[in-house]
Amino acid sequence: MKTMLTFRNFIRQSAASLRILPFTVVICSGLYTVIVLLAAQVVPYSATGSLLCSEKGEVIGSELIGQQFTRPEYFWSRPSAVSWNAAGAGGSNLSPASLAMRQRSENLLGAFALKKGEKAPADLVSASGSGLDPHISIASARFQASRVALARGLSIDQVMRVINDPACGKITIALLNESLVNVLQLNRSLDRLQK
Amino acid sequence: MLLLFLLVLIVPVLLSWPLGYAMARVIEPGRGSGFGRLTSGVFSKVGGLAAVEEQEWQRYLFSMIMFNVVMFVFVTIILALQQWLPLNPDAKGPLEASLIFNIAASFVTNTNLQHYSGEVSMSYFSQLFGLMWLQFVSAATGLSALAALARALGGKKTVGNFYSDLMRTTCFVLLPLALLVALLLLAGGVPMTLDGAVIAHTLENATQTIVRGPVAALEAIKQLGTNGGGWFGPNSAHPFENPSFFTNMVACISIVLIPMAAVWMFGRITGRMRDAVVIFSVMMALLVLKCGAVIWLEGAPAPALAGLPVEVVSNLEGKELRFGYGAGALWAAMTTATSNGSVNCMHDSLNPLTALVPLAGMWMNVVFGGVGVGLINMFIFIIVGVFICGMMVGRTPEYFGRKVETREMTLALLALLVHPALILGGTALFAATPAGAGTVLNSGAHGFTEILYEFTSAAANNGSGFEGLGDNTVSWNIATGMVMLLARYIPIILPLAIAGSLSEKKPVPVTAGTLRTDTLLFGLIILGSVVFIGALLFLPVAVLGPVADHLTVNMH
Repeated sequence: MKTMLTFRNFIRQSAASLRILPFTVVICSGLYTVIVLLAAQVVPYSATGSLLCSEKGEVIGSELIGQQFTRPEYFWSRPSAVSWNAAGAGGSNLSPASLAMRQRSENLLGAFALKKGEKAPADLVSASGSGLDPHISIASARFQASRVALARGLSIDQVMRVINDPACGKITIALLNESLVNVLQLNRSLDRLQK
Repeated sequence: MLLLFLLVLIVPVLLSWPLGYAMARVIEPGRGSGFGRLTSGVFSKVGGLAAVEEQEWQRYLFSMIMFNVVMFVFVTIILALQQWLPLNPDAKGPLEASLIFNIAASFVTNTNLQHYSGEVSMSYFSQLFGLMWLQFVSAATGLSALAALARALGGKKTVGNFYSDLMRTTCFVLLPLALLVALLLLAGGVPMTLDGAVIAHTLENATQTIVRGPVAALEAIKQLGTNGGGWFGPNSAHPFENPSFFTNMVACISIVLIPMAAVWMFGRITGRMRDAVVIFSVMMALLVLKCGAVIWLEGAPAPALAGLPVEVVSNLEGKELRFGYGAGALWAAMTTATSNGSVNCMHDSLNPLTALVPLAGMWMNVVFGGVGVGLINMFIFIIVGVFICGMMVGRTPEYFGRKVETREMTLALLALLVHPALILGGTALFAATPAGAGTVLNSGAHGFTEILYEFTSAAANNGSGFEGLGDNTVSWNIATGMVMLLARYIPIILPLAIAGSLSEKKPVPVTAGTLRTDTLLFGLIILGSVVFIGALLFLPVAVLGPVADHLTVNMH
């Protein structure tokens, strides 16, 4: 204990700490970051945020980031507690047993104009964790298909074909056999179909 | 579902074995090793003789604290100056003083409790050179402390050199693993760019500002080092941090990998692999139990939707679809078993009773636990187990051939009581005053759980949260900052003091009457001391929070 508290030891230890500091910063924050940045050049599309562009070259969003859809001719995303703010994401943080969540869900259900006996998929009344979930379940896509078909003047079969087309945003989680649809890609495919 | 469960649990177990071996070789290269000589040569150039000479446990601790103070000061300066520093494409402004204190305490202690939202408040420079650097060196601090504990228990008078251990684990354990995971995440679609936010014009002609950044690099060490502090506010629920089922798997495995390997490293350094197997089995049993419980409880639908015209499926509030059913719950169990604290679903929106599982994980804080420190916490429970057994048979208890006496037990009990004292004391104070009660989002028992969870997470150096809590206030920042610092250093200092004190004693010969610590029976004793002493201390608050929350829901 005595040797530890000598002034000389204090100086030696501080000197060591202060010299090791820049050494580790250069390695961990500098070198490491540069290597990963260089590797990212191999995958420029996803490394810059999987951005999707219109034909005019304007960014319309990111494949990974959900956005708001309110018009009847578009499939709607899952509820977002932050209004799809991709510069300040977050969930509702409501207790799943709270009155607040029940009231919010009732309001959402009102917008769906359910037929008698019809049930809405749960993902369409549950806010996502990030508020930016780009997907809806395949059941939610089917659920919205008739509204979209009507608004676009398409047959339900035509809309269903787009939903089930992997080129239009459908993914399947192989291990779990669950299917999801990327809402932005689906809506963009429909827009292209009708142009 | 079962497949997912097995994948996430078995793969890291298999990987942890060779990794544990490699870690022991890196941190303890041995006298004849060329790697050891070469690195020692470099380290002595970098830090002088102080960075390579053998240290007794007191000096080792002194170096550790000295370096941690330097870490704290450095990151405080970076955060305080962020508005003037480079790599700030989105022009993030200054941070408030109590928040800076909280962030510095949080990342230096490997906690990564976040009272800020990264994409709102942090410049790229702060994230990369402040926080990500700490994610490396704070994890390395934990592993080094474990190595020192293992050496002392192995009977050595000197316990290595802190600076050498720190640099070896940083450069040769954490860095290569982080590179590997970062590449996997890049392949899985995680962004890695120094460009600033991009403004998108959506299909409905609205604008959406999409914040990006060099996410993949931070993401890798965030998971591996049981840090958990993400680039974005919603952490691994954010599609840029965790874009797919695949990246979710990679991250999930990374969460438990090094904490598991640390047990094997401990076994190799002490030369007692059978003890390591027993400890590993106890931790594994608790982990499987936690994972099973959380998946079962979270499979229930959200109570708020009962009776509404909605398909009945598991609770989806606060969850992302791309990870698949059950993945949010599974992650919640693993991130609170280890002291990681990253989340891929919002814990505040877990079903009322489900919240018990992450809470219990952090109360015990030994189910693999934080890198290095999880096993150090377990060491205290082992000492207590040894002591209780000794009392039962009327023999002076021994561990690794050394007598455990009054001095060691006093220190062990102190170490044991710090955790509940900080959690229960803090919760009581904040639940009773507007400092806490005025900041909750949900009402009643759920609101109480928000406060309880915050203190539990801070004291367990975990960093996850019930994020409904409005925790970016001066009182929360200072209180949790203090809790994180106390809960980090006391449970490292006291166990090392115990191990140091044991190593100074004469070894006692093993006889037929010696309590063996490498048997199934002793495994059950450790399990008992963890459950009965570690978890039951918290039974009253468990009843006041999650259990009451659950019962009030199902009563009406």
